[in-house]
Amino acid sequence: MTLLSGGDMLLRALHDEGVDIIFGYPGGAALHIYDAIYNQDKVEHILVRHEQAATHAADGYARATGKAGVVLVTSGPGATNAITGIATAYMDSIPLIVISGQVGRASLGSDAFQETDMIGVSRPIVKHSFMVQNPEDIPDIVKKAFYIATTGRPGPVVIDIPKDVTDPSTKFEYTYPETVKIRSYIPPSKGHSGQIKKAVDILLAASRPIIYTGGGVIMGDGSLLLTELVRKLGYPVTNTLMGLGGYPAPDKQFLGMLGMHGTYEANMAMHEADVILAIGARFDDRVTNSNVKNFCPNAIILHVDIDPASISKTVTAHVPIVGPVAAVLKEMLELIESAKTKIDSAALAGWWEKINHWRTRDSLKVTPSGNETIKPQQVIQALYEITKGDAYITSDVGQHQMFAAQYYHFDKPRRWINSGGLGTMGFGLPAAMGVQLAFPEATVACVTGEGSIQMNIQELATCNQYALPIKIVNLNNEALGMVKQWQDMQYAGRYSHSTYADSLPDFVKLAEAYGHVGIRIEKLSELKEKMQYAFSLKDKLVFLDIAVDKEEHVYPMAIRGGAMSDMYLSKTERS
Amino acid sequence: MRRIISILMENQPGALSRVVGLFSQRNYNINSLTVAPTEDPSLSRLTLTTVGDDRKIEQIVKHLNKLVDVAKLVDLTEGSHIERELMLIKVKATGAQRAEVKRVADIFRGIVVDITPTMYTIQLAGTSDKLDGFLAALAGTPILEVARTGVSGIARGEKVLSL
Ligand SMILES: Cc1ncc(C[n+]2csc(CCOP(=O)(O)OP(=O)(O)O)c2C)c(N)n1
Ligand SMILES: [Mg+2]
Repeated sequence: MTLLSGGDMLLRALHDEGVDIIFGYPGGAALHIYDAIYNQDKVEHILVRHEQAATHAADGYARATGKAGVVLVTSGPGATNAITGIATAYMDSIPLIVISGQVGRASLGSDAFQETDMIGVSRPIVKHSFMVQNPEDIPDIVKKAFYIATTGRPGPVVIDIPKDVTDPSTKFEYTYPETVKIRSYIPPSKGHSGQIKKAVDILLAASRPIIYTGGGVIMGDGSLLLTELVRKLGYPVTNTLMGLGGYPAPDKQFLGMLGMHGTYEANMAMHEADVILAIGARFDDRVTNSNVKNFCPNAIILHVDIDPASISKTVTAHVPIVGPVAAVLKEMLELIESAKTKIDSAALAGWWEKINHWRTRDSLKVTPSGNETIKPQQVIQALYEITKGDAYITSDVGQHQMFAAQYYHFDKPRRWINSGGLGTMGFGLPAAMGVQLAFPEATVACVTGEGSIQMNIQELATCNQYALPIKIVNLNNEALGMVKQWQDMQYAGRYSHSTYADSLPDFVKLAEAYGHVGIRIEKLSELKEKMQYAFSLKDKLVFLDIAVDKEEHVYPMAIRGGAMSDMYLSKTERS
Repeated sequence: MRRIISILMENQPGALSRVVGLFSQRNYNINSLTVAPTEDPSLSRLTLTTVGDDRKIEQIVKHLNKLVDVAKLVDLTEGSHIERELMLIKVKATGAQRAEVKRVADIFRGIVVDITPTMYTIQLAGTSDKLDGFLAALAGTPILEVARTGVSGIARGEKVLSL
C-alpha cells in the first residue's frame, strides 16, 4: 500500500495511465501539483508561454499519436486562457485531459483571488468534467477522465482540482484502478448488422456512388480499412478538411477535398451521386454550403458515425449506422466479399467517365505569375516536393490553410493537423510543438500566415527551450487574406481592418531574437533552393517568411446559397 | 408538439446544469422542469417538457443521451402515460367570493390547505391543462400567487424507466 499526497497521486495516476508528457504553465492554485512534478521523473512537463498554447500543443500531440493530450493550468486566468484550446479540441473531437488548479475548497464560491468557475465556463465545450472533492477520488477520476476522453466520440475532459486537495502534507492510500465502468456511459462497440447489410446492398446496387469521409476515419483508425473498401469497390472517394489522409490522396480514386474549397470534381460528383456513403463525417455547413434543401438532390444517404447525434442532424440519412468506423468498415468488407449483388460495371465505367471529364477542368491549376512573384500554391507544391510528402503538416487558419489542404497530398492519416471545426488562428505553431515532441525525428512543418502566427508567436521561446526543429512556412500576403478575399467577393473590395502592411514585424529578426534561424524569400527563382536549405537544417527551427502574391484567392469556392455544384473556379469563372 | 421527457441521471453535482445548459446551448426550449432523487439515492429523475417537431425532439433526445451523467431517458409522450403537476395558489376570498372560490375548487378537486379571513391557499394536482383550466375558472377572483411544480410523469402499464 502506498501513501501519497493528492499532488503525488495525480502524477502517479498520469504515469499509470501511460502519460509521458504534459503541457502546462504554473500558478498559485497549481503549485502543489508543480511540486509533485518536481519530485518525480516519469512524466515530462513542457513549459509553454501561454496556456492556450498548452492546449493546442496537447491537441497536436493527440491528433498525431491518437493518445489523449494532457494539459495542466492554474486557476482563474490560467484556466480561462485554456478555453480556446478546449473549444478547438471539442469541435474536432480530440481527446484532451485538462487539469486546472482551483482555489481551496473552503474558498470555493467566495470570489477568492484567481477563482473562476472552470466547470461552469467550460461546460458547453467539454465532453465531461470533474470537480475533485476529495483527494482519495483522484485515481478513480483520472481513470474515468481518460476513458471518457478517448472512447466513443472523443473529446476534452476537464478535471478541476481545489488547491487543498493536492496538499503535500496529507497523504492517502493510492491504488490505480485497472478497469473502469460507468453505468451511464456506454460507447457503442459495433454497428447494427441489419443496417450495415442494408447499406451494403444499396451501395453495391449504386450506379453513381461516392464515398465521403471525415475526421472520424482518422480518429477511429479506419484509414486502412477505408482504403481496402474503396479499392475493392472501385468507387470514387472524397475527404473533408478533417478527413484528409484518411485515404491516400495521390491515388487515382481520390477526387480531392470536397466542400467550400473542394475540387470541382469532388463537389460535382457529390451533387450528381445516386448513393453517398458518408463515414465519420457530419455534413457540416462547410460541406453542405448551409443549403440542405439543394444538397445532393438525387442521393440515397448511408451514414456511418459513432455519434448518433451527428446522424440526420442536418441532412437526413436513409440508412443510419451508429458505430465505430473501423468495426463497421470491417463488417462491410466481409459482406461485400460474400455478396451476391454484382457491381454494375458498365454504369460505374460511365460514372468514372463523367468524373474524369470533370477532372479536365483542372480546378487546382496554378497559373504562375510570369515574373518573380510567388504564388502561395507554389510554396505548398515546393513543400510537398521537398518533404517528399512525408512531413507532419500543421496549419493555422486562413487562405494558407486551404492551400495546404489542397496542394499537400496527404497519403497517411494523422499527418494533417489543423483546426477544422473552430477555425482557431494561433493553432499551428503550438500544435507543431506537440507533434514534434511526439515524434522528435519527424519533419514537422507549420504552414501559417503572418496574421495567424502572431496569435501564438511567443511559443518561439518554448521551441527554443526544448530545441524543437519545426519549420515554419509563413505565407506572407501582408493581410488577413481570407477576410480580404471575402471582402473582395462580397463587399466590393472594402478592406475593413484586414490589412496592416506598414506594421508587420521583421520575422527574420524576430526568429533570430528567439534564437532561431530566419529566412526571407521574395523571388520565385529562390523559392525551392532556400526552402531546401531550410529543411536541411535538421536540428534548427527555421522561420521561412515567404512573400506571396497578395491578390491571390482560394478557388474553387462555393457560391453562397448555392448547391454543391455551384462554385467559383477563378475570379472570372463559375461552374 | 409538446413532449414530456423523463431522465434518469446520476445524482451528481453538475449533472442538472449540464442538462439545462444543453438546452440553452442548442437553442431548445424548456417549458417546465422538475427534479428529485429516486428510491435509489444515487439516481435523480428529471422530467421536463419541451416543444418541437420530430426532428428537433430526436436531436434533443440524442444529445441528452450523450451526456455522461444521463443513464436513461424516455419520451413519455410517445406512449400512453400519466402526467401530473401540483399547484399551490393563493387567492383573495372575501364576502360572497369566499363560497364561490370554494365551490370552484371543489369542482376541480382542489383542497383548501390554508385560510385567513381574506384569502384561501388551494392545492391542486392534475395535468397541466387541468391546472390551466382552474386558473381560467377563477377569472374575476384576484390571484395573489401561484406556485407550480412543473410536470412529472410515468408511463402506463408495465413499462418502467429504470437501470
Ligand atoms: C482567433 C481567430 N480570430 C479571427 C478569425 C477569423 N479569420 C479567419 S481567416 C483570418 C485571416 C487569417 O490571416 P492569415 O493568418 O494571415 O492567413 P491568410 O488568410 O492571409 O493566409 C481571420 C481573421 C479566426 N479564424 N480565428
Ligand atoms: Mg495573411
